[in-house]
Amino acid sequence: MMATQVETRGWTREQMAQRAAKELRDGFYVNLGIGIPTLVANYVPKAMTVTLQSENGMLGIGPFPYEDEVDPDLINAGKQTISELPQSSYFDSAQSFAMIRGGHVDLAVLGGMEVSQDGDLANWMVPGKMIKGMGGAMDLVAGVQKIIVVMEHVSKNGDPKFIPECTLPLTGKNVVDMIITDLAVFQREEHGHPFKLIELAPGVTRDEVREKTTARYVE
Amino acid sequence: MQKIYPNAEAALEGLLRDGMTIAAGGFGLCGIPERLIDAIQASGVKDLTIASNNAGIDNEGLGKLLRTRQVKKMISSYVGENKEFERQFLAGELEVEFCPQGTLAERMRAGGAGIPGFYTKTGVGTQVAEGKEVKSFDGEDYILERGIRADLSVIKGWKADESGNLMFRKTARNFNLPAATCGKMCVAEVEEIVPVGSLDPDCIHLPSIYVNRLILGAPYDKKIEFKTVRERETA
Repeated sequence: MMATQVETRGWTREQMAQRAAKELRDGFYVNLGIGIPTLVANYVPKAMTVTLQSENGMLGIGPFPYEDEVDPDLINAGKQTISELPQSSYFDSAQSFAMIRGGHVDLAVLGGMEVSQDGDLANWMVPGKMIKGMGGAMDLVAGVQKIIVVMEHVSKNGDPKFIPECTLPLTGKNVVDMIITDLAVFQREEHGHPFKLIELAPGVTRDEVREKTTARYVE
Repeated sequence: MQKIYPNAEAALEGLLRDGMTIAAGGFGLCGIPERLIDAIQASGVKDLTIASNNAGIDNEGLGKLLRTRQVKKMISSYVGENKEFERQFLAGELEVEFCPQGTLAERMRAGGAGIPGFYTKTGVGTQVAEGKEVKSFDGEDYILERGIRADLSVIKGWKADESGNLMFRKTARNFNLPAATCGKMCVAEVEEIVPVGSLDPDCIHLPSIYVNRLILGAPYDKKIEFKTVRERETA
């Protein structure tokens, strides 16, 4: 079997989500972005109460519904059908973003195209190519207490994504607290501090991370 | 004062004119005022500026008004899932003002509350801040955003009483509430109209003062953009 010979190195998408889930704390209200961040919901520790916020107007996102429970009036921010929980609540978009912008949401996990060494995030637009809009991402990075970006360490072309300065239009300036890639985890204690390499994925060396990162960080 | 109209066309009579600004409720295809959008399309009114979180998809929701070229400008936060939109935008036929989702909701809320502008951290240091006043409060920068005051609001509710008190259902509330408040006139379509006195006054989401005209839009065939389900565990 070929599969047995595949080298295990770095984290898969699921493992990146699992790593992000380690940042959850009991009682947290959390907003998860589309893509890998959504998978974080699968790794909430059983003993912990974590309430997921959906910016289209819901607290307490439940799992995907059973076929016979699908309700067009009940979707998440990715427009997927979901279910409610006994503790769920609904509200309008202005109220939803009041809790986001007012700093009431503890943590947001978002995808990223580029993060700069100063914590700038670009994840909403590629001029001339992807023009879909920022949705709620700019509000989330401006208002949520802690921002974790989960992304591949390099682009499909092999270009570093953790870089000195973002080349794409920004989602927010000086907003990222932690970066989880398939190779490593970087964190900064405070905005204004440099990021620190705090963890390596299995089989990944400091040299490899250094080689694939152009941003300045401390080890 | 009779607020109930027989259909969308009748409810919009006298309210539509070329070049007007319309605020529309809905998130994706969830809670969109589809009867009213159809009637706006049929009226042929054009050069519209529409404030709505999304622009529908190709043949649903506001996508219908894009296809007939009735829209001059969209004020939206997210317009993916719409090829015709992308085509018109890239060809320079459609003007788009990208507005962060929370800023858009707050601009509608503020407009409806008589607040002409407000400061927010959202968008500071990004394209969104270009040309906007920056002011520092307690050492942090904020940008000035304007309230939206629309000529007309079109919204979708779940249940209304005959006086226009209205309730929404689950995540279909979304932009319908702030949009309702920011129009000089608001027309609402609902799934059910009940006699005055049948709704608990403590459970009204949108008080009747905001609803000028009302239609029964049922029956609805609500669309789902991405149906996601889980399997039942077998015992």
